[in-house]
Amino acid sequence: MAYSKKVLDHYENPRNVGTLDKNKINVGTGLVGAPECGDVMRLQIEVDPETQRIIDAKFKTFGCGSAIASSSLATEWIIGKTVDEAMQLNNMDIVEELALPPVKIHCSVLAEDAVKAAINDYRVKNGLPPIAVEEPASQNVNN
Amino acid sequence: MKFPIYLDNSATTPVDPRVLEAMLPYFKEKFGNASSRSHSFGWIAEEAVDYAREQVARLIQADPKEIIFTSGATESNNLALKGVFEMYQSKGNHIITVVTEHKCVLEAARHLERQGAEITYLPVNSKGEIDLSQLEDAIRPTTVLISVMYANNEIGVIHPIREISAIAERHGVLLHTDATQAAGKVPIDVKKEGIHLLSMSAHKMYGPKGVGCLYVRRRNPRVKVTAQMDGGGHERGMRSGTLNVPGIVGFGAACEICSREMKQEAERLSYLRNKLEIALLQIEEVALNGSTENRLPHLTNLSFKWVEGEGLMMAFNKDIAVSSGSACTSASLEPSYVLKALGLGDELAHSSIRFSLGRFNTEEEIDYTIERVTDAVQRLREMSPLWEMYKEGIDLKTVEFRPH
Ligand SMILES: Cc1ncc(COP(=O)(O)O)c(C=O)c1O
Ligand code: FES
Repeated sequence: MAYSKKVLDHYENPRNVGTLDKNKINVGTGLVGAPECGDVMRLQIEVDPETQRIIDAKFKTFGCGSAIASSSLATEWIIGKTVDEAMQLNNMDIVEELALPPVKIHCSVLAEDAVKAAINDYRVKNGLPPIAVEEPASQNVNN
Repeated sequence: MKFPIYLDNSATTPVDPRVLEAMLPYFKEKFGNASSRSHSFGWIAEEAVDYAREQVARLIQADPKEIIFTSGATESNNLALKGVFEMYQSKGNHIITVVTEHKCVLEAARHLERQGAEITYLPVNSKGEIDLSQLEDAIRPTTVLISVMYANNEIGVIHPIREISAIAERHGVLLHTDATQAAGKVPIDVKKEGIHLLSMSAHKMYGPKGVGCLYVRRRNPRVKVTAQMDGGGHERGMRSGTLNVPGIVGFGAACEICSREMKQEAERLSYLRNKLEIALLQIEEVALNGSTENRLPHLTNLSFKWVEGEGLMMAFNKDIAVSSGSACTSASLEPSYVLKALGLGDELAHSSIRFSLGRFNTEEEIDYTIERVTDAVQRLREMSPLWEMYKEGIDLKTVEFRPH
């Protein structure tokens, strides 16, 4: 399967690869996927407590090129957004932006899950209840 | 160096220019139907087929009459399993095969199960080897066929065909072997090795796609298979259909070249394979899959722990063509069943890459591959959360993942 230009770009020049200090109170960490499924994503956000804005985001991903590109794109999108805005992230926007084929939709789902898990981790750390996350759209029969 | 470098010769091989040269006249002026008995067009085609039949037979020390041309190994394997099952129904309905066989053997076996066959699927150990006493114990009075591949297409492990045939012989059971990956790469002697049926395919040995054969022994014992297609009774009644003359000519030429060059070629390729393998095993946390004692000379299968195979391949697949056991590359979204049969965890199967070398690879290409793959592993590990955890000494078994 050939990759789209945008997937290749994110794969070759991934934005925001790295690690934030997960012990900091204003850092939220989301770890989703599983090694036996062939994909694990860890996405972290650093939030400005005053403005509730995401001032930094980092990811590390074990997975295919589409998974790496999806997480790279997700970090790029959420930096500068408020936590509430970031919570609106929809995996289908990633699918569209990266022109992912149907078999790679679950890679985008993982990125959405990772963002939401990171936000909820941040919320729980700061004494807020986690926001229920509905199952994102996925066409992966294996999910 | 010419790019991309092709290191996926177990999937298919390029046609050798000498093979193509031999084929061309049979598309043009020598286009006759090998069954046409009334004119020179037919005679010329028939002669070419006869000659190719000898070339193919010589590669495996068979008699030319024992070669049944088919469309490839998928058809040969189907014909062997289904044809034996139908032909020997009065003797029994039990077939023994192995979990790491190619899909076409396993699916043919599944098909026969629906027709009332009983199939034993032998397991393999962590190196991909079968246990011979387990094989012998599996034989029943109703066993008609043992089908064990000569060499595995993913890990290159060669099964001990002589020992297996001795067991088959003792119990009066037929032995079929899928030699698609072994033929033309390692010497095969169907007589000395006691093989009754053998499948091969031209496109894995520098011949064209869409042609192969089933060797069916004619003496001691005389083996027969029931045709799986009805028609004009070509190929001694076992495989009807107008012969693919240019393809068969190419297959013959490919076999002859392999007969002649196999020995030096195996030495050259095992040198290059070993060089590649040793260099890549220098990287931290890389594991070799399958036995290294009995295996094909041109193939290695490695798991690059903590990086996912498709993600890794993407770093160099513009320049280097290989394949992966990762689920992300397969339509089924399941990692390689062969690697899983060796007991590899899913995560290691996901991290595997098969490098299969061939006639047209050079040392320069191997050196380049070593460099690119080593860099890519490093780069991907820097992006891998699992690598980070591993490096921090975190036991991944204690991490709560969320399988989706
Ligand atoms: C071991 C084995 N058997 C059978 C086949 C099928 O061969 P063909 O492509 O000629 O149908 C292959 C090729 O993929 C193979 O590797
Ligand atoms: S991570 Fe497996 S297909 Fe993307």
